[in-house]
Amino acid sequence: MKCEIVPGKKKMHQVKIYTLSTCGWCKKTKELLKALDVEYEYIDVDKLTGNDIIEANEEVKKYNPYGTYPTIVIDKGKQVIRGFNDKEIKEKLR
Amino acid sequence: MTERQTILTSMQKNATENGYFLCPDAQLLNDLIDGLATNTNRHGYGSCPCRVSCGSKKYDVDIICPCEYRDADIDEFGMCYCGLFVSKQIKENPSQMGPIPERRPREVQDAAFSAIETKQHTSAKSKTIPVQSTTSVPAIPVWRCSVCGYLCAREIPPPICPICKAKSERFEQFALS
Repeated sequence: MKCEIVPGKKKMHQVKIYTLSTCGWCKKTKELLKALDVEYEYIDVDKLTGNDIIEANEEVKKYNPYGTYPTIVIDKGKQVIRGFNDKEIKEKLR
Repeated sequence: MTERQTILTSMQKNATENGYFLCPDAQLLNDLIDGLATNTNRHGYGSCPCRVSCGSKKYDVDIICPCEYRDADIDEFGMCYCGLFVSKQIKENPSQMGPIPERRPREVQDAAFSAIETKQHTSAKSKTIPVQSTTSVPAIPVWRCSVCGYLCAREIPPPICPICKAKSERFEQFALS
């Protein structure tokens, strides 16, 4: 599955977010990470098809059993933020 | 009228009829309506922009906006899962909006995903589609509008009667037996 990389100056953590292109909260998450200048990669799960969408959903569930979006995975799962929790995002990634 | 205007108008009407309000965050409201328009074009029905749709209406029917979980979520958290519909209190305090837990049962979500798999591996012998949920439905109280007789099943009475607009206090619990 191909992830889009959004460049940023802050690269202390590896940040991967699972998002939906249609979701307003996912959009807020992308905008906040951009504003914090954090480099991140994202995958819009709703744009995938067939096996990819099933695989991506299974991946999300590993980090977030409810399979909700956005799911923010920091350093391959050392920390996970579920949903647009702006305070937590700022605390962990500032 | 453009498609998104049609959606916005119908959601506004639905909110008013049910004693709710639309998302007080203008940008978020705009994005959610765009998401609904995208899903309508993609699947032929306006499923929740903040949930994954499987593309089969049979399995997504519970998350077509307004979703089946809206009333209970507004009762408990003042907003629906995506935040398109909110209570009066949240409308007046938009900073209280934030992520709320997913009420859609996991087995319903899993059944929707298995529909994607089934669609993919459709062979001459079609696979059995798993049932949506095997868990028994807990008893939900029924409320009767004492003004017009409208009945609804939910944990607490609605903020207003969607039919005659009587206030919540005019509802009484209705015994089916």
